[in-house]
Amino acid sequence: MRVLIATAVASVLGSTVAFAGAAVAPGEVKFDNGTVAASLTGVAGDAAEGRVVFANRKLGNCLACHTNTQIPEESFHGQVGPTLDGAAGRWNEAELRGIVSNSKMTFEGTIMPAFYVQSGYFRPIEKFDGVSILTAQQVEDVVAYLMTLK
Amino acid sequence: MGMNLFKTTAAIAGLALMGTGMATAGEESALTINGDLTIPTSASAPAHLENIDMVTSGWIYRTKETQALQMDDFDNPSFVFVDVALDLWDKVDGSEGKACSSCHENGPEEFAGLTASMPRINAEGQLETTTELVNECRTERMGAEPWKYSKGKMAAMTSLIGLQSRGSVVNVAIDGAAAPYWEKGKELYYTRVGQLDMSCSNCHEDNYDVMIRADHLSQGQINGFPTYRLKNAKMNTTHARFKGCMKNIRAKPFGQGSDEFKALELYVASRGNGLTVETPSVRN
Ligand code: HEC
Ligand code: HEC
Repeated sequence: MRVLIATAVASVLGSTVAFAGAAVAPGEVKFDNGTVAASLTGVAGDAAEGRVVFANRKLGNCLACHTNTQIPEESFHGQVGPTLDGAAGRWNEAELRGIVSNSKMTFEGTIMPAFYVQSGYFRPIEKFDGVSILTAQQVEDVVAYLMTLK
Repeated sequence: MGMNLFKTTAAIAGLALMGTGMATAGEESALTINGDLTIPTSASAPAHLENIDMVTSGWIYRTKETQALQMDDFDNPSFVFVDVALDLWDKVDGSEGKACSSCHENGPEEFAGLTASMPRINAEGQLETTTELVNECRTERMGAEPWKYSKGKMAAMTSLIGLQSRGSVVNVAIDGAAAPYWEKGKELYYTRVGQLDMSCSNCHEDNYDVMIRADHLSQGQINGFPTYRLKNAKMNTTHARFKGCMKNIRAKPFGQGSDEFKALELYVASRGNGLTVETPSVRN
């Protein structure tokens, strides 16, 4: 249901996001069976920056739920989700972009937050109302970082 | 179709992880206090719980060091606050010139078992909490100002009252006039909220006994409340804890003492029917 609605919305709005330099807004991201083929920004992701976003508690905080042996300097890795060791061997870039942007498109009913949506959630604290957890470029950076996890 | 395939892959990866790296509960599994009061820390789940077989106390998920603090009242920092409440118990306040002890002549012991059945339905058919009972005495019988719902004096007094039920089995009523409140609480428990879009059940039902970064997730039971937390070095009420969990998922918390949190308190308490009251407990 959610998938259908999002796809429909994306295809209506899809035409407006093609011009160079503008990031695709959350809600305009075009999902195809959970995957997002096109870059959200047109700017290549920075894997080093993505590693920072991945670990930072105020940004991705991916370590809250995932272990990742490539980040040994952080002592606490959560175990709510699967390990991300070798993630790039299991998923391609379009799949990873889809999972990070809105994992509910890939894993129905998952606990994993959608990092690039700005609506569809209820009672947010005011300063998080109408904004996505990560920016488009941060999503690209995290995806670039995940692609290094061979 | 593609979606199902992905889901299965992830589930298998998750399983493999569970097999090797699953967090273990604290080393002590039997809670004996002062060498003589043994408190069972698990029980068969109440019949209304559909997705859990055993209910467990938050105590078993804490480290050995934190667990030990609750095993001796001299080491348990909560008792500093229980002593504060004992002083308040005798303190005259308000226009009527009364203290708690003026009416409750047998001492706080009069409240043995009370906390194990709270919150409950009052004579007017409404849900009431221990906190509200205390404030009702203050405003209507003492002519005193109500205490703030979750602040120091109230948290101390409800700890003293809760202590009188330590060792009693939790048994809140969920039928009759309580049913609509309970249904509302249940709905809140399973509703996803906040920018992170999670429900209480996502963490405390689907993922208890799992590490979420540095935290070992428990079932989020309230049989130990109010609880002393090492994190803020004071007594924490149920509503303050609910607020904290909601803020962590970037959700706007309901008010302390609000209808929503009272209903949630009833529902969460009922998930622990069969567990034993541990108040005042120690957590990190
Ligand atoms: C609150 C928990 C939580 C957080 C936070 C979280 N995830 Fe996840 N993630 C999961 C769960 C659970 C799954 C498994 C999918 C499922 O069945 O729900 C998953 C699956 C994944 C997968 C697929 C893994 C595989 O190989 O099967 C990737 C990739 C992923 N997450 C990346 C991330 C990244 C990157 C972040 C941070 C930007 C993140 N996750 C934050 C819980 C989380
Ligand atoms: C993102 C995960 C998460 C969500 C969602 C969450 N909590 Fe928690 N909660 C925690 C963590 C972590 C702790 C501290 C460790 C523990 O006891 O589980 C905790 C502790 C608690 C405790 C204290 C348990 C004890 O024995 O001291 C209660 C009660 C509680 N939560 C209730 C709730 C309720 C009610 C909700 C929904 C409004 C909720 N939680 C939502 C993560 C969460």
